Amino acid sequence: MTHLSEDDLVLLHYHEDAGAEAEAHIASCAECAKRLQALARALALAPAPEAPERDPDYEARVWARLRPQLELREASPKVVPIRGRLWPRAVSVAALAASLVLAFMLGRRFPAEPQPLSAEVRERVLLVAVGDHLERSQMVLVELVNAPVGDAMDVKAQRALADELVSANRLYRQTAARSGEPALTAVLEELERVLVEVAAGPDTITAGDLAELQRRIESRGLLFRVRVIGSRVREREKVLPRTASES
Amino acid sequence: MDDATAVAQARAGDSEGFRLLVERHSRALFKLAYRMTGNEHDAEDVVQEAFLKAYRSLDRFEERAQVGSWLYRIAANCAFDVLRKRQRRDGRLESLDGEDAPEPQAEAPGPDRLALGGDVRRHLDAALARMSPRERAAFVLRHFEGRSVKEIEQALGMDTTAVKQSVCRAVRKAREVLLPLTGAAS
Repeated sequence: MTHLSEDDLVLLHYHEDAGAEAEAHIASCAECAKRLQALARALALAPAPEAPERDPDYEARVWARLRPQLELREASPKVVPIRGRLWPRAVSVAALAASLVLAFMLGRRFPAEPQPLSAEVRERVLLVAVGDHLERSQMVLVELVNAPVGDAMDVKAQRALADELVSANRLYRQTAARSGEPALTAVLEELERVLVEVAAGPDTITAGDLAELQRRIESRGLLFRVRVIGSRVREREKVLPRTASES
Repeated sequence: MDDATAVAQARAGDSEGFRLLVERHSRALFKLAYRMTGNEHDAEDVVQEAFLKAYRSLDRFEERAQVGSWLYRIAANCAFDVLRKRQRRDGRLESLDGEDAPEPQAEAPGPDRLALGGDVRRHLDAALARMSPRERAAFVLRHFEGRSVKEIEQALGMDTTAVKQSVCRAVRKAREVLLPLTGAAS
């Protein structure tokens, strides 16, 4: 008698179609039935990975990150009346970031193909953009960290800037992750959480919320880390060749 | 407002409809993405990417379909992409890490990991890490999510034979590490 294969047993275990012969066999073969039970026992031990709990504002954060990208489709000022004035700049920043990231990734994927710009020049272009992004992000962090404790704060300007920076930050973070840059990725991840929170928040934050935000920025040394990584990016950028228009 | 109405509203250009979908489905998609990728940040990116793809393909959504299932399929496919990209990620830039660079923080173990004493979880994580993207995606969807081979085909864009083979290969890898523990568990 030919017994069932492992694959047959797996399909039977999951109640998938293993074929009429396999189904007939398992009904009449004690040995295969025993093997099926053993497989079921082993698989029953495999617990589903428990996803970490999301905070109560998770959906709002997802929406805050998503919204600027959806607005690319909803370009009508009627749809975005409040932030309409920020729109052209936000689009240009996101478009610039996207094109740089694309150019960078293409350059890395096809390094041997003839290109108008060398891989090093493209890398420098990206580093310049990331360096600028980190400097602008620092401005938001510095203003938040240095705000007087105990007072509510009008963060309209910081919120507008954070809103502009979120999309670009996400693209840079994803590029950094794909390129195997753990330190840069980690800093951009931390930074993004703060930027999203500020961008999605109200124009005026309470003294309590401000203190909490300051505590989070400081406890993780975010401002320091942004500075350190920003200066490394600048250092690395210096040794790479400039574009024709820069030199 | 139900999901179908929210989709219709979003199609008409009103972002409020889409915001409602984000509000209702983000957590479920995150859970799926985390199970598939095993990484919190990747899972968050998957959720983001899935909604973006869904938004861009609103016009192709069939009204008779369930919105939740449609989003689920998109998210599963995005997570599968992440697994494949992770595997391809071998051309790396020289690292920016310096001696004083901050260490990336390890994820805190969840309560289930602690309760299981880490053993089963650790063995299973090792088995999952040995699986190819196809195997891992198919195994997670079949074993943890209880999806049928047919549903996995649709989500991952694979044919029946490929899905079945992937599930079977994945189970062999999982079983290798789980089998020695069956005695201890009984």
